[in-house]
Amino acid sequence: MNKGPHISIKPEHLLDLFGFPLTNSFLTAIIVLLLFVLTTIYYNSQLKKVKRSNFFYLLQFIFKGIYNFFKTVLGTRIDDLFPLIASLFIYILLLNWFGLLPGVGSILISVRENQGESHFVPLLRGNTTDLNTTLVLAVVAFSSIQYYGIKGLGLAGYLGKFFNFSNPISLVTGLLEVISEFSRIISFAFRLFGNIFAGEVILSIIAFLIPVLVSFPFLLLEIFVGFIQAFVFAMLTAVFINLATMKAH
Amino acid sequence: MSTEAVKLLATAIAISIGVIGPGIGIGIIGGKAVEAMGRNPEAESTIRNTMILAIVFAESLAIFALVIAFILRFI
Repeated sequence: MNKGPHISIKPEHLLDLFGFPLTNSFLTAIIVLLLFVLTTIYYNSQLKKVKRSNFFYLLQFIFKGIYNFFKTVLGTRIDDLFPLIASLFIYILLLNWFGLLPGVGSILISVRENQGESHFVPLLRGNTTDLNTTLVLAVVAFSSIQYYGIKGLGLAGYLGKFFNFSNPISLVTGLLEVISEFSRIISFAFRLFGNIFAGEVILSIIAFLIPVLVSFPFLLLEIFVGFIQAFVFAMLTAVFINLATMKAH
Repeated sequence: MSTEAVKLLATAIAISIGVIGPGIGIGIIGGKAVEAMGRNPEAESTIRNTMILAIVFAESLAIFALVIAFILRFI
């Protein structure tokens, strides 16, 4: 670990804000969230104008593409679910791609740990390479799946999918369903985290082995993987909501 | 063997055995999807979406192995 590239699986601690630890991945999340919110405010303000800018039409083109794609998955429920699905997609996409920008992970600042010697840590770190973020996103996806399931089938109908006392076999499969429902949180979180973190590790190791030109195809691969992972996260949320609102058979 | 050596071996074994199954699975999924597209070219977009979903499910197993390997290596 002394000679190789610096890889840490957890985000580094930068400073304390009123007793709240500020980590480098949290800083990135704040920047991306500001970008996200400012873009939505801009889009909303342009919506009321008569003469709109070109950037508005670019955004609208992107949103329309997302809308039409998820319409093939969700059908008529798309109007209800579009804000959730599209927000998940665009936010995760921005997080993934922000981690690939030059300077993220390569600008170092010196941090002193409680009266110890100071050492260098990256100022910014791609936010989806932090397990906390992906876990929170997974919990958001999971709770919205449960919410729409209960909304679609009613509380009794939804619980009836899991607790079925008519015969012993359906009782056991129902309990297995409960376990698989909760394992979705873990698989959502680790899928996103594992893919993006593995990408970061590959990029740093390739740049460490052959510094010139060779990391470029891997960078392209990471752009593709970031898109696919954001797409898959939103798509799985949509498919699971579809499954949750379906009647038990 | 020292603890460090066993840890390195465990990392290598975890990821190398862990990706065998998903590798085979993704190969089968891709091959079958191409077969289905050849039989029914109009349904290409539906097949592609289903293929991506299936690949993702297979891939997540490999990702679990990868996470185990990372944990063994870096923690």
